[in-house]
Amino acid sequence: MGDTIEKVSIIISKGSLEGIYPGLIMANGARAEGIEANLFFTFFGLDAIHSKRLEHIKVAAVGNPGMHMASLIGVLPGMSAIATHMMEKKMEAFDIPGIPEFMELIGDTGAGIYACKASVDLFGFTKDDFIPQVEDIITVGEFYEQAAGGEIIFT
Amino acid sequence: MTVDTIAGTQVDVNEEGFLTDPSQWTQDIAVELARRERIDPLTDRHWVVIRFMRSEYEAKGTGPTVRVLGKTSGVPVKELYQLFPKGPAKLAAKIAGIPKPRGCI
Repeated sequence: MGDTIEKVSIIISKGSLEGIYPGLIMANGARAEGIEANLFFTFFGLDAIHSKRLEHIKVAAVGNPGMHMASLIGVLPGMSAIATHMMEKKMEAFDIPGIPEFMELIGDTGAGIYACKASVDLFGFTKDDFIPQVEDIITVGEFYEQAAGGEIIFT
Repeated sequence: MTVDTIAGTQVDVNEEGFLTDPSQWTQDIAVELARRERIDPLTDRHWVVIRFMRSEYEAKGTGPTVRVLGKTSGVPVKELYQLFPKGPAKLAAKIAGIPKPRGCI
C-alpha cells in the first residue's frame, strides 16, 4: 500500500447517536477527499438506515461516562431525549446535519451503503424497512469482497 | 511556500498546490489548475461552483463545505461529485484559487 488511502469500508455496529455519528463523519469525510467509501450497518447500527427509526436515534444517557452525569439521573424518563435534543442543537450550529439528512448526503456522495444480512435476518427486517440509499443486504463474505484493497474501520 | 508558473503567470502556492493569495487568481489559472486535476474542459456547471466558492470566500473568509455547497450553490451534491470526483469542496477551492476548506462535514 502507498502513502495515501484510496478506499475505506466503515462498519457501524451501534445504534446510539454517539455510536453512529463517527462512522458517518468518517465516510462523508472520505468522499470529500476523493476516497472511495463503503458503509456497512450491522446489529443495532441498522437503526441508522431503518426508515422509521433513524429519526429517533438517541444519546445513551445511562452507562455513558462521557455524559458527565450520574447514571441514576440518566434513568429518569426523558433524560435521553433531553440530552439528544441538546446535542442536536449544538451539532447543527457546527454544520453537522441530523441523521436522516446525513444519510441522504452520504448517499449523494456516491458512498456504498449496505446492511448486514445476519443482523437483518435476526431482527426480521426486509429491504423495504430501510431508506432508499441502502444499495443491498449483503453477507459478511460479500462485505469483504466490497472492502478488498482498502482499509476497514469498525465502529 | 513556493512560486509556480500557472498559465504563464507566477503565483504563490502552498505545498498542496493551493494559491496562497486569492487575488493572484485568473480564469486562465483556473483552466490550467483544472487540467492538472484531469478536469478538462471546465463546463458552465463547473464555473457556477468555482464562482460560488470565490464569492463565499470573499464574504466569509473561508470556502464552503460540500454540504453548504449542495444547499446554496444551486448545484446538488450528486452533481458536485460528478463535476469534481476527487472531492468537490477541496478541488473546487483549489481551482478557484482559495484556501482548502477545513470543515469536517
